[in-house]
Amino acid sequence: MTSLLARDLCVDRGGRTIVKNISFDLRAGEALVALGRNGAGKSTLLRAIAGFLPLSGGRLSHTGAEAEIPLPELSHYVGHADGLKSALTAAENLAFWARMLARSDETPSPSSALQRVGLKRLADFPVAYLSAGQKRRVALARLFMAPRPLWILDEPATALDIASQQVLAEAFAEHRAAGGMILAATHAPLGLVDAATLDLGSAPADLGGNA
Amino acid sequence: MRSPLSALFWRELRIARSVGGGGAMGVVFFLILVSLTPFAIGPDLNLLSRIGPAILWIAALLATLLGLDRLFQADADDGSLDLLLTAATPLELIVLVKCLAHWIATALPLVVASPLLGLTLAMEPESLAGISLSLLAGTPALTMLGAIGAALTAGLRRGGLLMAVLILPLTTPVLIFGVSSAAAASGGTVPFHIPMLILSALSLASLAGAPFAAAAALRARDA
Repeated sequence: MTSLLARDLCVDRGGRTIVKNISFDLRAGEALVALGRNGAGKSTLLRAIAGFLPLSGGRLSHTGAEAEIPLPELSHYVGHADGLKSALTAAENLAFWARMLARSDETPSPSSALQRVGLKRLADFPVAYLSAGQKRRVALARLFMAPRPLWILDEPATALDIASQQVLAEAFAEHRAAGGMILAATHAPLGLVDAATLDLGSAPADLGGNA
Repeated sequence: MRSPLSALFWRELRIARSVGGGGAMGVVFFLILVSLTPFAIGPDLNLLSRIGPAILWIAALLATLLGLDRLFQADADDGSLDLLLTAATPLELIVLVKCLAHWIATALPLVVASPLLGLTLAMEPESLAGISLSLLAGTPALTMLGAIGAALTAGLRRGGLLMAVLILPLTTPVLIFGVSSAAAASGGTVPFHIPMLILSALSLASLAGAPFAAAAALRARDA
């Protein structure tokens, strides 16, 4: 079981402190939703936790059986871009990410992951022909292809229909029941039961957050 | 077949071969550039055969750079690059495998096509073999140096031209020793193996160093 500890996280972008002194605990089975207006630094915080941006201050650590593995390698990141190659089929995209992201050779078949998001019949379709919502569902199916304890989700429900949001909520519950953690930034309700919230407040310009 | 790197390699090759992947464009560009030269210079066979190796090398250099700007930019645009950073595989190896796949898809066809195009430039048989061998030894250096530029410009819109401006000066030694080994093959005072060995050394050095430089540039892309 992995848990995550963040203390006084600060992240700078372009010479400005976008995220300032954020602290939270995230234990196995818990979910944390980052709230805030546009530009409040939700995406920046998530990208820093996923390891894409350097922290300019604070401490981020994780404990548990996998404490020696770097945090990015324990994380699934679903951001604004879907990470799919439009020339390849949905199944090929998922099979690739399963091999790239999974720690073991035992990965579920792409068709079973696509079945969960209701896209099994489009498995052999090039991603270029899928709609925005369908692409997002393929990107979310990646979460089922490789077991990783921390799901970092930046607006995961964008372009999803009601039925898919329901599937996503069920997947969240299942992941948390198995001891997984979820860190999400959202404006729409995600169906996360008793999730803690992290209020990033207003845009940093209003806080006088210039560094 | 099961390892992450082989999965990446086959994915890259498949994308390069698909429509819009740009795999075939390099060799077509090479063909057009070399075919245009005799029209520009005129039907002077002696002149053409003398400058043939230089024409082929410059065309190969430009054809290699043509597809390289998309090497990391395509992955940066669709979010794949972020996900590759969360893989357990070191980014340096990912860069190396992407370059290998890119070299096979774009530079290897140039090596194969070069003797045929050399014929249109009235080059001698020894010179044709020399140009193929020198391209085989030298294009890995072009791909690896280009990968550094591609990584530096991955986050920019229309970074292709900036990449060419950054990288073309660095390719000067490769061009010098590539052309001189091709010229040495058809006689001259320098034995063939001397420029060829230097060319191979340039390729090996860039193979060893460029993945680290490109990976560092990719990691710092967003910061």
